[in-house]
This record gives sequence, structure tokens and C-alpha cells, in this order.
Amino acid sequence: MSLMTEITIFVLAVFVGFEVISKVPTTLHTPLMSQTNAIHGIVMLGGLIVLGYADDGLEYLIGTIAVAFGAINIVGGFMVTDRMLGMFARKPKPKPSSDGKGGA
Amino acid sequence: MVRAVLEPGGDAATALYIVAFSLFIVGIKQGTHPTTAKRGNLIAAGGMAVAVVTTLLLDGMGNWGLIALGLGIGTAVGVIASIRVQMTEMPQMVALYNGVGGGAVALIAWSEIRHGGNGLPLDELIPIIFAGVVGSVSFWGSNIAFAKLQDLIPTRPIAAPGQQVINGVLLIGILAACVSIAVGNDDPSQLTFIGILVAAGLLGNLVVLPIGGADMPVVISLLNAFTGLSAAAAGFALDNVALIVAGTLVGSSGTILTMEMATAMNRSVPNILFSGFGGAPSAGGGGSGEEKPHVSIGAQDAAIKLAYADTVVIVPGYGLAVAQAQHAIKEVGDELEKRGVTVNYAIHPVAGRMPGHMNVLLAEADVPYEQLKEMEDINPEMPRTDVAVVVGANDVTNPAAKNDPDSPIAGMPIIEVNQAQQVIVIKRSMSPGFAGIDNDLFYESNTSMLFDDAKKAAADIAAEIQNL
Repeated sequence: MSLMTEITIFVLAVFVGFEVISKVPTTLHTPLMSQTNAIHGIVMLGGLIVLGYADDGLEYLIGTIAVAFGAINIVGGFMVTDRMLGMFARKPKPKPSSDGKGGA
Repeated sequence: MVRAVLEPGGDAATALYIVAFSLFIVGIKQGTHPTTAKRGNLIAAGGMAVAVVTTLLLDGMGNWGLIALGLGIGTAVGVIASIRVQMTEMPQMVALYNGVGGGAVALIAWSEIRHGGNGLPLDELIPIIFAGVVGSVSFWGSNIAFAKLQDLIPTRPIAAPGQQVINGVLLIGILAACVSIAVGNDDPSQLTFIGILVAAGLLGNLVVLPIGGADMPVVISLLNAFTGLSAAAAGFALDNVALIVAGTLVGSSGTILTMEMATAMNRSVPNILFSGFGGAPSAGGGGSGEEKPHVSIGAQDAAIKLAYADTVVIVPGYGLAVAQAQHAIKEVGDELEKRGVTVNYAIHPVAGRMPGHMNVLLAEADVPYEQLKEMEDINPEMPRTDVAVVVGANDVTNPAAKNDPDSPIAGMPIIEVNQAQQVIVIKRSMSPGFAGIDNDLFYESNTSMLFDDAKKAAADIAAEIQNL
């Protein structure tokens, strides 16, 4: 890919990001931050590529740690967002009986 | 072994990456509406699965044992952490995940420098250096944010004299070293690069340490944007379109979120980053002087005040979250409603430790959505409110934000509980909030203080109302 192609993609993505996120209700700031946080776990791809083509000891180490970090970012990020949004999913009930336990 | 292989940088791999980032965009878009957010998150996660599988299928990949090890450790840690974490600890969890993402970027950059050795072209070298610096700042900055929110280190601003000068010198040093690598690019020195990573990490520490706990969500959001941008830079270096698009999306959306949060707190982002909230290191100024008189009551008196009111507004704050009192306070609300009292919850935009955090907590306790009122909607109702109950909130109710132009929180939008007929403040002690300043509300004649843990106090009040 040429540098200019990459820059084009970059600039367009900036606008998409601004467009997609504008006017989010405050209510959803926390889960949304958590979700975008999970998405930058995409760096794990870089870690996989580094590790997948690594050929010396230090690189094995760096790559493995990078992959582990990335996996924490991805798996933890998406799961915790899911848990949070699960709280919102339980919508208003007419009159919750006082022992409404609610296991997700 | 039969295995489909994709040519790195080939059309098939790129097409799959395009599918992946499209799913991210759809996922984020759906995340902006309460009804579709959960599905949106799953869609984005699906996009991530496509991207990861595509990468694993690239031709020539090896070291499967180590890949499995890294994936296994990371997945285990991620799963356990996300199941164990309390909803109240969400901000530090986000900080931690953000940190590891930044750390991964810094490591990848280091490895690329090693691997590239002589003769990396400038259009790879520059993004690598950028990714390394920003990733390292993000990693260390997020760790400090995590430690502060987890109370491992004091949440109060910590700053050395001349802090800005030190930061400035560090930044200039980093830039100079980057330029020196870039111009002498036929032999990028690994040692110089490691030095840059270390200096950038130090800078991340020093920038976040002086920031007070109340401003931390804005910082986390900003670091989130940083990590996104560093991921995009890594994508430039690796010629990987999925990284470029996903990283950039997070970078720009994170920037917007950061600005919106700062607006909600009536502060500017540079002001948050560089002012060292609370002014001078001895910000205790207003608090520690003479003891001013205040009224203290018990659960029974509070129950009587509440039970015979027509309208009650509950103002939950971080103290409620810490005490896990969201269920107990819901009990109080239910008991009052049984007696015909109108109950609403007033949610400050930054209640809790993150915008929207309180909504998550109250939703967890099954508080009906329509009882949650935003600040702008509830403030005009305050003079008609019989009793306002402040549970573990402090700075967001401090009238000094409106009345005292010299206050560190001057101009911050507040919930005007002092306008209500009576105020009950449930709080453990008279100690100041995150901003480290005294709250005039506590000394007003219509304010009663109930000193107790929020959860216990709420449970006691609910029981007392039942006995009336």
C-alpha cells in the first residue's frame, strides 16, 4: 500500500470516527469508552505478526508479551462492556417486587 | 497440515480486514443508542474475531506455541478480570485495559526497530517512532491513572515544583532523540530507541501524577484516544489497513468523548492536564481552619423527614458507588413510593467517577429509567422539592461552584440541592471530596448531616420508614 493511500484511509477514518460518535448521550459515555477501548486492542494483530515471524530470543519474549497484552485488552474490554450494557438491558419493570434479584 | 493461507498484504487478507473494520464502525454506531448498544458491542467483537483469524492465517506465520501462550495468558487474565470487577471499579478497569493496549504498541514498535535494523524507510520509521512514544506514554500514564483510582497512590494532585519545566525538557529530549534516529536512519540505534521509550514512560507518569481524582476520567478518555492513534501508527508501519482504520476510529472518537466530558465539567482539556487541580499543593486551604457548626441527625429523624415529604430527590455520588449502596438506596426509594412520595434521582453528568457511570450503577439496582433525571431537568424542580438526599456526593453539590468565583471548582455545573426545602447529606465524615475543598452546603441551616456508611445508612432509613 502506498503511503498516500494509507494517509487517505487515515483522514477518512478520522471523519468517520467524529461522525459516528458525535451526540452520544452522557448515559452511554462509560460503556462507549470501554468499547472503543476494546477496539484498540486491534494492536494485538501487530503483536501476532511480530511473534509469528520472530526469529530470536528477545523477539519471542517481546512478541509474546505484546500478544498477551493485546489479548487482555480485547477480551477484557469486550466482556466488561457487555456486562455493563447488560445492566441497561433490564428495562423498567412496572413495579419490581422487593426481592427482585436479577442475575444477568 | 491442511491450512488455508493468506498472502500477507494480499487482496484476500485485505478484504477480510475491510470486513473487520466495517463491523467496528457499525458496532460503535450502534453503541450510541441505549437499545442497540449491547448488540453493537457484539458486532464489534465479531469484527475483532475476523481480524484475528485473518492474521493467524497469514502465510509464513510460525511460533504457534508462543502465540498460543500469549493468547492463553491474555484471554485468561481478561476473562477473570472482567468477571470479577465490580461495576464501581469500571473506570480503573478501562484504564488498565487501555494501558496494556499502549504497552503492546510500544513493544511492537521496539520489535520493528530491532527487526528493521539498517535501512528502514522513513515512511515506516516515523510511524514506528510515533507509535513507540505515544504507546509508552499511554501505558505508563494509564498505570498511574489505575493506581490512583484503585487508591494505590493518593488521588490528590501530586506535583513537584517546576514540574512543567521538567515535562518540557523531557518532551524536547524525546523529540530530539526521535529526530536523531530519523535523520541517521540508515542505522537506527536500538539503544536510543529504548531511551526514548523510557523517557516517554517517565513523561506519561509525570503528566498524570499531578491530576486529581475528579479529572481522571477525562485523562483516561484522552489516553484511550492516544492508544488508538498509536495503534494507527503501528498500522502505517506494518502496512495493515485494519490497524490504521480501527486505531484512527478510536483516536478520533476518543478525542470527541474527551472534549464532551471536559465540557460537562466546564473545564478545558489543557486546563485539566496542566493546571494541577486544586491549585497550590496545599489545597486544603478552606477545609482545615476552624470547625463550623453543622446539624447531625440519625436514621430515624431522616426517615421521618422523608416519609412525610411529598417530593424527594436522591442525589447519588461516588460514595454510593464505593459503599455498593445502589441496592439499599433503591429500597429507600421503594419504601417512600409505597407511601405515595414522588421519588426522583438526580444524576450529575460526572457523578461516579466517569460520565454515565452512575447510570450503570443505578441500572444495576433496577431503578426505573424514567426516575433518572439529568441535571438540567432536575435543577428547576429543586425549589419545589421537599427533601433532597445527597448520598456520597460532594463536589457536584457544592454551592461554591456558583457563588465563589475564586473556588477551584468555580463554574462547574452543580445539582442545586441547596435550593430544596431540606437537605439530608449521608456521608462518612466532614472530609472534603476529590477537589479537596470544603463544601458550604454542609453548614447551611436547612442541611442535616447523617454520618454513616452509605449502604448502612440507607438500609437503616428504609427500615425506619417501614416502622413508621
